[in-house]
Amino acid sequence: MENESNKILEEVTGSEYKYGFYTDIEMDQAPPGLTEDTIRFISAKKNEPEFMLEFRLKAFRHWQTLKEPEWAHVKYPRIKYQELIYYSAPLKRAKHDSLDEVDPELLETFEKLGIPLNEQKALAGVAVDAVMDSVSVGSTFKKTLEEQGVIFCSFSEALQKHPELIKKYMGSVVPYRDNFFAALNSAVFSDGSFAYIPKGVRCPLELSTYFRINAANTGQFERTLIVAEEGSYVSYMEGCTAPVRDEHQLHAAIVEIIAHKDAEVKYSTVQNWWPGDKEGKGGVYNFVTKRGICEGENAKISWTQVETGSAVTWKYPSLVLKGDNSTGEFYSVAVTNNKQQADTGTKMIHLGKNTRSTIISKGISAGRSNNSYRGLVKTSRNAENARNFSQCDSLLLGDQCGAHTFPYLDVGNKSSIVEHEATTSKISEDQLFYCLQRGIDMEGAIGLIVNGYAKEVLSKLPMEFAVEAQKLLSISLEGSVG
Amino acid sequence: MLSIKNLSVSIHGKPIIKGLSLDVNAGEIHAIMGPNGSGKSTLASVIAGRETFDVDEGEITYMGKNLFDLPAESRAREGIFLGFQYPVEIPGVSIANFMRTAINEKRKYLGLDPLTGAEFLKLMEERKKMVDIQSKLTNRSVNEGFSGGEKKKNEIFQMAMLEPRLAILDETDSGLDIDALKVVANGVNKLRRKDNATVVITHYQRLLDYIVPDFVHVLYDGRIIKSGDKSLAFELEEKGYDWVKKETA
Repeated sequence: MENESNKILEEVTGSEYKYGFYTDIEMDQAPPGLTEDTIRFISAKKNEPEFMLEFRLKAFRHWQTLKEPEWAHVKYPRIKYQELIYYSAPLKRAKHDSLDEVDPELLETFEKLGIPLNEQKALAGVAVDAVMDSVSVGSTFKKTLEEQGVIFCSFSEALQKHPELIKKYMGSVVPYRDNFFAALNSAVFSDGSFAYIPKGVRCPLELSTYFRINAANTGQFERTLIVAEEGSYVSYMEGCTAPVRDEHQLHAAIVEIIAHKDAEVKYSTVQNWWPGDKEGKGGVYNFVTKRGICEGENAKISWTQVETGSAVTWKYPSLVLKGDNSTGEFYSVAVTNNKQQADTGTKMIHLGKNTRSTIISKGISAGRSNNSYRGLVKTSRNAENARNFSQCDSLLLGDQCGAHTFPYLDVGNKSSIVEHEATTSKISEDQLFYCLQRGIDMEGAIGLIVNGYAKEVLSKLPMEFAVEAQKLLSISLEGSVG
Repeated sequence: MLSIKNLSVSIHGKPIIKGLSLDVNAGEIHAIMGPNGSGKSTLASVIAGRETFDVDEGEITYMGKNLFDLPAESRAREGIFLGFQYPVEIPGVSIANFMRTAINEKRKYLGLDPLTGAEFLKLMEERKKMVDIQSKLTNRSVNEGFSGGEKKKNEIFQMAMLEPRLAILDETDSGLDIDALKVVANGVNKLRRKDNATVVITHYQRLLDYIVPDFVHVLYDGRIIKSGDKSLAFELEEKGYDWVKKETA
């Protein structure tokens, strides 16, 4: 009898799932709007473990109590969160049958960046034949990593295969309570990447190329989690130099990095989302929370970022230096042109003894854009002998753009040494004429000068991306000097 | 090669060059001398294509082409080189990278393939030796933290790399000690060929001890008021500019 009633109960509740809101489970996308049902839908779609759904719901409930932050030096129209679509199934079918159908302007940019043909196809959403490199490259890549015990897969896959690791680390660096966009991401994130480097392993490959091919369709709420166990090393590259035109306007990603004792993580990113037209219409809003923690002694994490895209960027890759003798680095080049706005920088939180951090930020503003550096260096009471060096440079092209620097220093220990240097410069007419006189045209000259200015940061990128990033800087500033 | 006819140039309405004519042929070295403010540097800038000046009158032809039809970078690619009086710094851009970009832009313009890395390095080593440049210099950022002498030597090195048809050296000798002066002069002499020409703009006769000009012109108040052979330079040194002024008044 009891069994039977249980069965009925199960059927009823099951059918609730099946025919209630969840009749839509066959749909490829959730209806617009954000409610607990939307979140259950996403979680069910992805067949997630229970703890994940609970995490999402907690985050959602918290998000509802929050207000969108307004302190950043950026302006954009209010985002109507209830009109957005929070889940759509990844496109299985290719958008185009051949490269001939792709916007020639996009192809021209690929050409300028020197992106290999097969990757061009993948990025533009062109159907590729079965022998295409990415498949074979992808599998050899995976094999090499597996041999070393490195886990590198999508976040969804990790939730299925390694739920215990996700449960342990997810939200440990960026809790859902952290901020408005972090709460939103935690509630609705679509997918992302997970990397796990076991103890003592030096990851044999840059976790980059493979990712790039697959990066185009990861959706608007990405989540990345990187865990480096004791004594391990990994260089991780995310993002894409190719201009990604995306139907989603709002992007709110989370990246969390955990470096245990003696581990080192190098995280590099190139962000080139569609910035909108010259008036800034239709561009992507990129509101990202990135944070790493040097959990153990002698751990080291470095962020290197090249930001050229998006209409609005709001991004502060930060580091918590908890382990004694741990090191944090932040290298950034942010370019804004036309009406782009970027408010970016970092936070270095020194908790452990003898912790050191370096911040090199290079802002480049052109057109009528606004580029702000915002940074916090904090040394806690126990952070004996903490050291920080910050250098924030701004380069202006033309006289209608803006560069702003907001450095905050919060020193809680007398033995801390915190240095901040800042410069603002313009590309001078003398410099341009000098280049012209040597036969280098205006755009070449700007590219050369800007790349020279950003060299300190570009040199930190993995080799293959450094070359593309250099070209990207020049392309981003095309037409910025008349 | 270069023919300037009745050139008048002003800046913000203020006349600087007032009806200047000059002909420079292949194989020749010309020296233009004159006191401060006589228009020497303006003349060099106008030939190179700087746009801060207004050309009010006159014409300049170069290799049969109207120079004013060519933007500054095309003039450079056509073989006009300006040795700057005050070379600017370009932080983060190595001289090697700068020169490779410049040379390949020029080659592209001329319809030639770009130099490969190896070809470029070979050329660079060869030219460094030719003009006596320390090998370390080319790894440094363009003019950044250079001494006055290093900057000028760098100009001569770039000239050797680009092999101009017409080189204009704007007070390349100013502020140089005697050793640097010799390096500069040596470079110019070694690069001298039958099919190229050099215009040396200078304040002092001193440089002309090392670079022997075929013609000397005295520029005063925007006009060439006297031309002659190298003896004119000695005479100027001895008697001063007032002498020419009085003589031509």
